[in-house]
Amino acid sequence: MKYVDEFRDPDKAKLLITEIAAISKLLNVTPQKPLQLMEFCGGHTHTIFRYGIEQMLPDSIELVHGPGCPVCVLPMGRVDDCVALAERPNVIFTTFGDAMRVPGSKKSLLQAKADGADIRMVYSPLDCLDLARNNPDKEVIFFALGFETTMPSTALTVLQAESDSINNFSLFCNHITTVPTIKAILDSPDMQIDGFLAPGHVCMVVGERPFDFVAETYNKPLVVTGLEPLDILQSIWMLLKQIHENRNEVENQYARIVPAEGNAPGMDALSKVFELREFFEWRGLGSIDHSGVKMRKEYAQYDAEEKFSVPNLQIADPKSCQCGEVLKGVIRPWECKVFGTQCNPETPMGALMVSTEGACAAYYNFGNLDELLGKRAQKNSQLEVITHE
Amino acid sequence: MSNPVMANIRQRSGKCRAETITMAHGSGGKAMRDLIDDVFVSAFDNEELNKLEDQARFDLSTLTAQGDRLALTTDSYVVDPLFFPGGDIGKLAVTGTVNDLAVGGAIPLYLTCGMIIEEGMQVKDLRRIAQSMRDTADQAGVKIVTGDTKVVPRGAADKLFINTAGVGVIPAGINISSKRAQPGDVVLINGYVGDHGAAIVDARGEMALQNTIETDCQPLNSIISAMLEACPDIHCMRDATRGGIATVLNEFAQGSNTCIRLNEKSIPLREEVRGMCEILGLDPLYLANEGKVVAIVAADAAEEVLAVMRSHPAGKNSAIIAEVFAAPKSTVILSTLFGGERIVDMLFGEQLPRIC
Repeated sequence: MKYVDEFRDPDKAKLLITEIAAISKLLNVTPQKPLQLMEFCGGHTHTIFRYGIEQMLPDSIELVHGPGCPVCVLPMGRVDDCVALAERPNVIFTTFGDAMRVPGSKKSLLQAKADGADIRMVYSPLDCLDLARNNPDKEVIFFALGFETTMPSTALTVLQAESDSINNFSLFCNHITTVPTIKAILDSPDMQIDGFLAPGHVCMVVGERPFDFVAETYNKPLVVTGLEPLDILQSIWMLLKQIHENRNEVENQYARIVPAEGNAPGMDALSKVFELREFFEWRGLGSIDHSGVKMRKEYAQYDAEEKFSVPNLQIADPKSCQCGEVLKGVIRPWECKVFGTQCNPETPMGALMVSTEGACAAYYNFGNLDELLGKRAQKNSQLEVITHE
Repeated sequence: MSNPVMANIRQRSGKCRAETITMAHGSGGKAMRDLIDDVFVSAFDNEELNKLEDQARFDLSTLTAQGDRLALTTDSYVVDPLFFPGGDIGKLAVTGTVNDLAVGGAIPLYLTCGMIIEEGMQVKDLRRIAQSMRDTADQAGVKIVTGDTKVVPRGAADKLFINTAGVGVIPAGINISSKRAQPGDVVLINGYVGDHGAAIVDARGEMALQNTIETDCQPLNSIISAMLEACPDIHCMRDATRGGIATVLNEFAQGSNTCIRLNEKSIPLREEVRGMCEILGLDPLYLANEGKVVAIVAADAAEEVLAVMRSHPAGKNSAIIAEVFAAPKSTVILSTLFGGERIVDMLFGEQLPRIC
């Protein structure tokens, strides 16, 4: 398949792995104290597991799977708000499919649908406008979700609704931004990350420049990375090269898609419709300043939060969940107390088990079980030793 | 004395002239009788059914002559839309049940047909579906020998649901079970994976994709009987329907407490299906099939079985896709095209609703 197979060539992968292994030997890292590289984007996490990239890397390099799965980091209170909106009479609530299973404090959208709410999966926010036209007596509410990648399509849908004078359509806006979140991770006292693979499709919209602070202020290398497996290997190699050469720069591996200055029409649309919130709550990370967007006052008639009242309650994450520590690379997914036991993809407790792009779900589904089980057994036997003493 | 004209009119039953199904067609009265006669009995038309008793009756001795065990299975079909490229709900309702019998090594013989029809359904669509069931039954060499018809009010069902049960006979000496995969065995499949799931996504038209993927919906009893002739000791065999080949392989790995190592390079996959999966983020390993059998045989029988499969019309693109190992137990591992490895787990939740 053209433009796909080129980026999944196993021979090129072998070459890159050899180069990565060679350069990692020059760095002062060991399997006991590995170099930690964070991929922020959930799409990267998915690619890494889907193609088995982690097992191909030398033991002295560890990938930390960041908070870049917007479905995973949505706090329970917001899911409750979704359910409340969806259960209003005369509402058609529309959502991307992967948000259906995210647990709220009482139920998920999937359960609300089973209980009778009119909830429909859409593939594009524009589908909502057709629904609104065909159901003039209903309010169509779209569950807007995602990072800067999906914001332009939501913004353009609002602008389209305005120009078509569609009045029975609104957004429940849960869009979130990457930069403040990476900053929050870098500011965290237990932060151990040595370099970042930056989200290619976010950068396609916002460009490279918003990430300059990572290199300039925090002295960490960052590479804008594509979503195919060879993209990821090449970016890891680029990060290692920077570390070896003592450079901390923003580099762009994904130049075939990402212009340095981003996508101007997309940025125009989103800055026209959205503005930053003072703060937004993330599952697993807590409240992060300026990390979410809301709709501007001018578009209040398309804002479901303005049009309808939502409960807007803060619901704390379950205490036993260690999502925050996993996100920051302090512990590995399988080291969490509830991994694979109380928290599994069927009944996720924590954010990272919710979507296949979440680090824990990815480990659970795709990870090398032998290794995981081995490590779990090891951990248990250590625990046993302690108990016996 | 009775009026001969009137008597003639009364006897002239069995014509359904309505264009749409109404509640009257499920009432148990004349409209229902006519619908059954004209749409179903006339299409299925066989000796056992035409007696129109409340049950079909079989001579036991003809059954026991063919094997030493009866196989019985049932399945319900709720696919949306009713008609899709390469098939329809009727074809599916026959092949699905025939295949469930065949993968146990049974010779499928008789099917039942329960129809749950939504008020307002077009009679011409029902005729088309009934004819499709008959054609598929003929192709598979089975008869539809008894049935039931219910009509429910608009909204209580979606157009048409079909249930078919099937009876078959398992010849002596055949012992197929998901518990029998052994280290060293190899796994075969009779062609491209994921065609049915992809065809249904396409037929719904929600994606506005333009392509020509057809369902692989086909009876498998003929190819399976050829495989069993070449190798009576097939260890495991299932048809990979909902949940795709990933689910079947997990069932084998768990059932026999073994590890199945799947080689991505060797899995037959159409470019169109692969393309659709790329666009929609679907995994072809989990996409539904309706005409694919996954079989596990001893390594020394593999080449012969593969040759037989490839020479059969239902198996031209057959391939060896995996091998069985002892450890890690109850696990399916995929060697990716890219050179890495990953676990292929059971699907949780649903990838696509109402595909069969």
